Amino acid sequence: MTNINDPDVIFAPASGAGRAAVSIVRVSGSWTRAVLEQVCGAVPPPRRASVRRLRDPADGSELDQALVLWFPGPASFTGEDMAELHCHGGRSVLASVLRVLGQLPGCRPADAGEFTRRALMNGRMTLDQVEGLADLIDAETEAQRRQALRTLEGETGQAVRAWRDAIIQAMALMEAAIDFSDESDVSDRVIADSRAVAQSIRDQIESELAKPQRPERLREGYRVVLAGPPNAGKSTLLNALARREAAIVSPIAGTTRDVIEVHLDLGGVPVILVDTAGLRESADVIEQEGIRRTRASIAESDLVLWLRPPDGDPPSYIEGQVLVVGTKADLGNSDGDLTLSAQSGVGIDQLLALLQQRAEETVGSGAGHIITRERHRAALIETRDCLDRALAGDAEAFAELVAEDLRLAARALGRITGEVGIEDVLDRLFAGFCIGK
Amino acid sequence: MNSPQSRFDVIVVGGGHAGTEAAAAAARMGARTALVTQRIETIGIMSCNPAIGGLGKGHLVREIDALDGIMGRAADAAGIQFRLLNRRKGPAVRGPRTQADRKLYRQAVQRLLKAQPNLTLIEGEADRLLLDDGRVAGLVLSDGRSFSSPSVVLTTGTFLNGLIHCGEHTEPAGRVGDRPSLGLAAHLKELALPLGRLKTGTPARLDGRTIHWDRLEWQHGDAEPELFSELSTRVAVPQIACGITTTTPEAHEIIRANLHRAPMYSGQIQGRGPRYCPSIEDKVVRFADKTNHQIFLEPEGLDDPTVYPNGISTSLPVDVQQAFIRAMPGLEDVQIIRPGYAIEYDYVDPRALDPTLELRACRGLFLAGQINGTTGYEEAGAQGLLAGINAARLAGGQDGVVVDRTKAYLGVMIDDLVTQGVTEPYRMFTSRSEYRLSLRSDNADERLGPLGEDLGLLSTERRAHFTAKQNALRHAMTVLGERSLTPNEAAAQGIALNQDGRRRTAFEILSYPTVSWGDLRRVWPELGEVPEKIVARVETDAKYAVYLDRQERDIAAFRRDEDLALPESLSFTSISGLSAELSVKLETVRPRTLGQASRVEGITPAALTLLVAHAKAAQRSKTPARSLHEA
Repeated sequence: MTNINDPDVIFAPASGAGRAAVSIVRVSGSWTRAVLEQVCGAVPPPRRASVRRLRDPADGSELDQALVLWFPGPASFTGEDMAELHCHGGRSVLASVLRVLGQLPGCRPADAGEFTRRALMNGRMTLDQVEGLADLIDAETEAQRRQALRTLEGETGQAVRAWRDAIIQAMALMEAAIDFSDESDVSDRVIADSRAVAQSIRDQIESELAKPQRPERLREGYRVVLAGPPNAGKSTLLNALARREAAIVSPIAGTTRDVIEVHLDLGGVPVILVDTAGLRESADVIEQEGIRRTRASIAESDLVLWLRPPDGDPPSYIEGQVLVVGTKADLGNSDGDLTLSAQSGVGIDQLLALLQQRAEETVGSGAGHIITRERHRAALIETRDCLDRALAGDAEAFAELVAEDLRLAARALGRITGEVGIEDVLDRLFAGFCIGK
Repeated sequence: MNSPQSRFDVIVVGGGHAGTEAAAAAARMGARTALVTQRIETIGIMSCNPAIGGLGKGHLVREIDALDGIMGRAADAAGIQFRLLNRRKGPAVRGPRTQADRKLYRQAVQRLLKAQPNLTLIEGEADRLLLDDGRVAGLVLSDGRSFSSPSVVLTTGTFLNGLIHCGEHTEPAGRVGDRPSLGLAAHLKELALPLGRLKTGTPARLDGRTIHWDRLEWQHGDAEPELFSELSTRVAVPQIACGITTTTPEAHEIIRANLHRAPMYSGQIQGRGPRYCPSIEDKVVRFADKTNHQIFLEPEGLDDPTVYPNGISTSLPVDVQQAFIRAMPGLEDVQIIRPGYAIEYDYVDPRALDPTLELRACRGLFLAGQINGTTGYEEAGAQGLLAGINAARLAGGQDGVVVDRTKAYLGVMIDDLVTQGVTEPYRMFTSRSEYRLSLRSDNADERLGPLGEDLGLLSTERRAHFTAKQNALRHAMTVLGERSLTPNEAAAQGIALNQDGRRRTAFEILSYPTVSWGDLRRVWPELGEVPEKIVARVETDAKYAVYLDRQERDIAAFRRDEDLALPESLSFTSISGLSAELSVKLETVRPRTLGQASRVEGITPAALTLLVAHAKAAQRSKTPARSLHEA
């Protein structure tokens, strides 16, 4: 099916972040047809949008019902065979489609600018067209770099950096056993030492892969709790935001006695608004239950929108992120991080924009984010598989094959951590062993 | 100026390992070639350790031999202790090595050169190049003689501004007892070449008659010596053993107490030395917790009492050398024949070279060996060979030849040099090749033989040998491809395969780690007719099959980028969209292909896209990229 001389099939989301009903995934490469056959069964007629069920060929599970377009080369953007999958807008759908594509043999996420490069290679673009694109590719590269950096912060980042360090160590030991086996400072033990290091990285990666991933977090959405004193205008705001009557709105304090959730889609990011009972100490049993639920909701939330009516109290007892919103601006309120009037609509757009920004910061934003995470996952899986092969090999009799698998593991890991070059390995080797007869 | 006395197609300056291979290769291709050296009697001299080959290096010697070069045959003629390193590891990382009798080696090289048609040996000191409109036109010697030639290969080793250090004593020299090339160094400076300074060292030579050999352990050669050249059939001279001693805490103490007198530590030496060949003072400082280092005592020849103590290269003062050497077992009463020393020398930043080893700034001028920042006879020899080939092709009006990274260690080395430059003397290791499983010492002839044949480098004898071996190999592969077993049939013969019902060829069965050639022979007795050497080759291919298949995809991707030539006229500094830093880096390296550009440090995807665009635009406008003969 696949010719060794053909480049890999590459794919990437073609639609950017934003409130969209449809996400487009572009696929390019000489065996795109085979990819389509595996994911959506029959290949549609050329350049005609056709509805297809996308399935995971591994277990047959349905991913989405999508519009599929098939562009046989050379009359395509890249000049190769190409396809577009128009999926439903949900991020979890997009993430699962990207994951499934990444698991097909010879199919991988595109590097920054790779579609353009193929178009160029196949004479589908001119120099003028490309010069305009260079900035764009730089931006794409920069976004991926920043994303990688963000991944490398915190605990996971520390672990990933430690793996890079360890794989260099495992390679240095193995290469010492190969290239400097006649040196007295290189003992017979180095192969076993290299193996122990490789085993430890392999186990750590495995446990990282077993952890629940952030796409779940994205599916759950960004939780915003509306809180504030009774009659601060929480339910009115909720209705204004949701543009529908989701909660009972009443001028009498204490009407909302249950927790009500409204799901919003802000620029493609799922945001869940939670309306709560007014926070005030109450002897009313029903209302006390509402207050208990409110406190529980706040504890689970990403953000608390504290609604502050004119002359109302600032929040004094809520932990975590709080945004103070002065309500009833039409009545002259000017307290808070921003003010609005649910009645007149003033300030609602600003609030929505702010919520979207906060949500994106927390849950992630933009198609590049998902692909990057999928890219990381794919890289880790490949690293683990290479390490498995390295560990299964007979390192005494075939050190060079084990070394080859270590090199491939380092190459895969390098996609997250930055390239591991032979100079890194040699530096370590010469620092650790006294080489030179 | 005197008018040139005679005309050559190629002039090679230097009679070391790079120079001899360059001159012989050019002459083999039919170019009228001159080799200019200070003293004809020192042609082929081994300035440092009396050994050829090793890991990575042995691979290079086999590649030189595959192109009918000199080094392999000379080493076989002079080898006095053959050892195949990593014999117990897989075939890709086995490296042939031999101790060589220094005199026999030199004689073998000189014999081969003197028998080489089209080659003239000229004694004299190169002083400057004749230039014509920025191109090489010939060479002038310091005695005033001049020769015209469109191609000159410089292989000046450590002679360019060479400065020897031995303790506080310094002395301009190319090698101990030889004058440095000062005139040529000054001349190269006029050409505004990017020069740097490197350092290397050598240990004291000992008088073997004053060593207590009875107090030492011995290292013997292999019972079945593995030779270098495909054309060699047997070991030529008697084999010897080496003694093994070690440094001692007392010796380390002497060195430590005298560090202030070591040029490396007093600031007297500026050049960078190699990390993998440190001086003994370096070892004692950097690995302070080690109380001893193993030292091999290698006789320099069968009838020569000189012994090379491998592992104690030093530039400490003579009295300190004597004191610490005598603190080692077996060397208590040893006499030093010649003290060790360090030497600093100029090298040219190899990024100024094309991958043909021709200087971009001066067409017709080729550089090979230590002048390019490398170390080692084998590294020098391999570069010399390629420089000689390209010098001859230039003289004949033909395109340059490039050997790429997938084809040979020679290609890996040259690509590393011209793309990355050097920060220390460059030595070959097998780990430098990402295609190590393909680039083996057992298949160098298959990898490079066809190129050698194309270029007219191979003698009749070599061609006949190559063809015969290829035929035998093809025959063996056919035989293995035609025979097959089902898992059940195999089980009946005592061979365990996956019980999947799939019929496998004998070659596929051999790829199982547990199956040996002997197992196959039990099934098919006719396999007994396959010669032993061919069996070993076929077994290697089978055992590596899975890995080699996987590597093919990488090689295909490599080739795609390597096949896209960047226009020679492309000005990297005028490409809009490239950062200033990157355009300067690209201008320094001036990559010839997209693939080479992708290996330039710090390159970005956007930059590569721009380069593709420019390459394609040039293709369309029919501006021919300077074509290279791809090996």
